Amino acid sequence: MSLEIFWMQLFSGVSYTAILLLMSLGLAIVFGLMGVINMAHGELMALGAYVTFMVANVFLTIFPKSVDTYILFAIPIAFLVTFLFGMFLEWSVVRWFYNRPLDTLLATWGLSLILQQTYRTVFGPQEVTIPLASWLDGAIEPFTGVQVPLNRIFIIVLTLVVVGVVYFLFFKTSMGLKVRAITQNRAIAETVGINTRQVDMYTFALGSGLAGIAGSVFTMIGSTNPGTGQLYIVDTFIVVVFGGVASLMGTALSSFIIAQLQTTFEFMTTSSYAKVLLMLIVVVILYFRPNGLFSSKVRT
Amino acid sequence: MPREFLRQSWWVNFSIIFGVLLLLPIFSPEFRVPLYGKYLSFAFVALGIVLSWGYCGILSLGQGIFFGIGAYSLAMFLKLEASRPELPDFMVWSSVEQLPLAWLPFQSFSFTLICILVLPVLIAFPFTYLIFKKRVSGVYFAILTLALSLTLTVLIIGSQGGTGGANGITDFSTLLGWDVASDEARSRLYYLMLGLLAVCVTLMHYLVSSRYGKVLIAIRDREDRVRFSGYDTAWIKAATLSVSCVLASIGGAMFVLFTGLITPQLVGAVASVEMIVYAAFGGRVSVLGAVFAAFSIGWLKSALSEQFPQGWLFFLGGLFLLVTAVLPQGLAGLLGMFKKSPNSEGDS
Repeated sequence: MSLEIFWMQLFSGVSYTAILLLMSLGLAIVFGLMGVINMAHGELMALGAYVTFMVANVFLTIFPKSVDTYILFAIPIAFLVTFLFGMFLEWSVVRWFYNRPLDTLLATWGLSLILQQTYRTVFGPQEVTIPLASWLDGAIEPFTGVQVPLNRIFIIVLTLVVVGVVYFLFFKTSMGLKVRAITQNRAIAETVGINTRQVDMYTFALGSGLAGIAGSVFTMIGSTNPGTGQLYIVDTFIVVVFGGVASLMGTALSSFIIAQLQTTFEFMTTSSYAKVLLMLIVVVILYFRPNGLFSSKVRT
Repeated sequence: MPREFLRQSWWVNFSIIFGVLLLLPIFSPEFRVPLYGKYLSFAFVALGIVLSWGYCGILSLGQGIFFGIGAYSLAMFLKLEASRPELPDFMVWSSVEQLPLAWLPFQSFSFTLICILVLPVLIAFPFTYLIFKKRVSGVYFAILTLALSLTLTVLIIGSQGGTGGANGITDFSTLLGWDVASDEARSRLYYLMLGLLAVCVTLMHYLVSSRYGKVLIAIRDREDRVRFSGYDTAWIKAATLSVSCVLASIGGAMFVLFTGLITPQLVGAVASVEMIVYAAFGGRVSVLGAVFAAFSIGWLKSALSEQFPQGWLFFLGGLFLLVTAVLPQGLAGLLGMFKKSPNSEGDS
């Protein structure tokens, strides 16, 4: 393998890591920390993508001159919309299913079907695409023969920022302290005066909002259709389970490992065989480490 | 209430449901009969889910894999028969020169039958035994099986020449020289399947009311206690799931007989989760409820997609929410409430 191919391969692995991590971070919070199996998480990503699509269209019609900046507005708006929608979901559906994980799985699956059909009715069954902002179009060439697309670099930087903010929220604020307290022992947390209802609602909403950011980013690398969410949901769960539930660090490392394996296998075989190989490896590793690679001790 | 009466009331329900299913082809247009057959093929799957999920508490989202094993085995046999002496058409299109090795044994009907009935056990038992031995259960098992059914779909679609890819296998009509696509053959097949279903339902009813059924319920409710009492719960769970997988495989084979096609979408992750709702809607612990639910949901799907193509997913999604939030015992639980049966938990 020549050096150029190695660098390209490494970079595409890193950029895929960023995408996987962005996708699974929200789920790592909702599933990992709260124990809620949200099968509609993929549809929340699709919601973020559709919000981005709408913001881009608003810019195209109202401010056609500054259309290149739409993504800077679309990402926060997508976050906000999915955050609020996540709050609504928690209040209307999820809270009735705490401590009934299998029922949560089925109920949120039902929710995801309803959302998919809603997208199909509102936006139509066809794919929607958004033209990439011109300053993200193109590539830089750090070495000769190694092309690094700008939009991928943007995604990597964005992911680093998001991970940093989430880390700060969870480990440096009182809100994060409360969330971690509830994860470790809900009953005791309640006894010392933490409003668990409220914390649950905000935590779920934060996880949903992160899905919205992921969805927004998807529009930069692909098109969106009503079934987009369903394509990613299983991969996302695998990343979280593989990394070890309740460990944000584990999610990050597992994204990296899965992304590198996937891109390497894809280079060696076809993309469908790569996926099959990867799945088998994950299953075998999970057999030996059923709690994931980096499990921390959590009371259930 | 005396046990004797409850048993009789089960037979009354049994006779009503199967009586209606028996008379149905007489009172409906002929083209509907294969559709009824298609709906009932899912009843086998639902029956298996009632056993593994309702009684034993194992939620497997990989039933589609086993539905696929049954369906693809039979479809491969039928396709070979239909295209003999040439290669199946999709292989020609993908420029496959020679019959793949995996297809060779499917020239024999008895091998195909054995494959439908035994292969699910050979795959499900060792795999799930190891998994259950490691005490992976509940949600993790569900996600793992979901991932595997997704993987299978990717694999099938990826190997176009060997499996027909995304288009699946179709375009065959004879079973051992018998034209199974004709109306007359299909209504005969319908009665054959109804008989098989009745046998399976009755066996299942006795199975879950036996002492074995009691152990399953105990595992579902407090697995650790059962383990402490000296039972090998992993073995029991794996065996139960294997039975459930064989039923799914039979359902898959029946599906192919009545529809004349199988595609990866029908065995994938989405289809696998959809199968769960059949059992959930009928009532997780209701053997007859599963049959009723599989039939009525299938019928509703056809009716809704004919009239409001947009409505089906809303309906199905709503159904998932309804049975989990309001009706955890499904239709059987609803009926039980009207009857005020004191034994709604264990009564199947």
